[in-house]
Amino acid sequence: MDPRGTPPMSSDGAAPAIRLDGVRIAFRLEGGATYEAVAETTIAVAEGEFVSIVGPTGCGKSTLLNAVAGLLKPVAGSVTVLGRPLAGLCREAGYLFQQDAVMPWKTALDNVALGLEVAGRPREEALAEARTWLTRVGLARFADRYPHQLSGGQRKRVGLAQVLIRHPKILLMDEPFGPLDAQTRQIMGNLLLDLWAADRKAVLFVTHDLEEAIALSDRVLIMSAGPNARIIGDHRIDLARPRDASDIRLDPRFHELHRAIWGQLKAEVAKTYEESAA
Amino acid sequence: MNRWKLLGLQVLVGAVVLGLWWIGSTVKIFGVLLLPPFFFSTPGDVLSRVVRMFATGLVWRHLWVTLIETALAFGIGAVGGILFGFWFARKPLVAAVFDPYLKMINALPRVVLAPIFMLWLGLGIWSKVALGVTLVFFIVFFNVYQGVKEVSPVVLANARLMGMNERQLFRHVYWPSALSWMFSSLHTSVGFALVGAVVGEYLGSSAGLGYLIHQAEGVFDIAGVFAGMFVLAAFVLVIDWVVTRIEDRLLVWRPQSSLNDA
Repeated sequence: MDPRGTPPMSSDGAAPAIRLDGVRIAFRLEGGATYEAVAETTIAVAEGEFVSIVGPTGCGKSTLLNAVAGLLKPVAGSVTVLGRPLAGLCREAGYLFQQDAVMPWKTALDNVALGLEVAGRPREEALAEARTWLTRVGLARFADRYPHQLSGGQRKRVGLAQVLIRHPKILLMDEPFGPLDAQTRQIMGNLLLDLWAADRKAVLFVTHDLEEAIALSDRVLIMSAGPNARIIGDHRIDLARPRDASDIRLDPRFHELHRAIWGQLKAEVAKTYEESAA
Repeated sequence: MNRWKLLGLQVLVGAVVLGLWWIGSTVKIFGVLLLPPFFFSTPGDVLSRVVRMFATGLVWRHLWVTLIETALAFGIGAVGGILFGFWFARKPLVAAVFDPYLKMINALPRVVLAPIFMLWLGLGIWSKVALGVTLVFFIVFFNVYQGVKEVSPVVLANARLMGMNERQLFRHVYWPSALSWMFSSLHTSVGFALVGAVVGEYLGSSAGLGYLIHQAEGVFDIAGVFAGMFVLAAFVLVIDWVVTRIEDRLLVWRPQSSLNDA
């Protein structure tokens, strides 16, 4: 929709890394009624592309992400990951949750090593690699700490290392930095960009923070307010990489993009508030 | 609070109670003893009785019997509670079917079962163990059940997406969660194991602390009753201390529920 952008790498025939085709998601409410959370939605994320979904609170962004992970089944439509239709849980995906998802009864090191151990790697090997990953996310000195002894940002770093150590082919992120303070979010954003730049996986990143989305992504999708939420905007972010997630916010092009996209998002946010106030 | 100050105050409370007891049972006020030694004994008598119990070595055998009964009751009750807790938590239908019966048995005061266990298992240690098991089982069972049910759905989803199969989920998620709940009730369940043992001994046996107390009571030997009670209380303190140490070792990952941890 944005004419300025370069076409995604996949538009010349290669299968996209993630593809949602006419996906519709509904929940059965108590009493038999159904709640149409997400209306027919089609999204394609190319190999190596970083795509964000932005929308007002409760619009169904996370629901859409859970459908890609296989945590819930759409009522209609299909999800294709790396060319294969999704059946059951998506094993190729690394999923970073909004809430803390690390095991509280394991140390940072054991938590990171877990992903490899589960896959059957010998414990010694898994621990050695986990140490490397902890160093990469800046937690080398905290290997023996339990999650409750770490700050919120540090726990997110453990979560990130736990996901990335398995070398997932695609990354799904559900407002991963949502609970963190503004400064920590930017630092985590930069960390994510650095790690992502190393092997450029396809990323589907859900957030309600438009600035974060623009700073990190190649494309920003805008989702309308629920129920029957749809993708109502698809904006290419043509800011040069490598980027610095905090400095980029001062770039004049960033402001142009922000202004253009915010106009659209504002209307949806207002709609959500009108409905919740009614 | 200052550690020494606290200790001083704790000792003070004990000293005041002992002092009042001593005055009441030995000093006549307006010609009467407020605490007649026939009913209350005296601190001196009780102390010399406790010393004699240990000096003659009489008490060790009884302590040992009570300890064995407590340990067996706790061990068997805990294993049963863990097995059934997991089974019920993973099979909602089983849990729903047995729910009213479990509630019924749990509501029953366990003392009434003591005579039945004596009929079935005799006057030896097993009738006491059985009584303790009926107490421990339910505490462990309910905690393990809760522990499996209360696993955070986010942690569970994360574990599944990591590719864990049922066995790995059990080992890395359900088991640690259930254990943490069980250990948080360790003081209560160990305490109940001891209660089962002592009550069982009291009602009919030939050894154990409950038996000692019952024997002394039978001949109106109040000093003997109090001496038995003090040994029992000291025994409980030692066990409680051991349990606290075990808990500290096993639950290091648990946040302390205090404000200065934040």
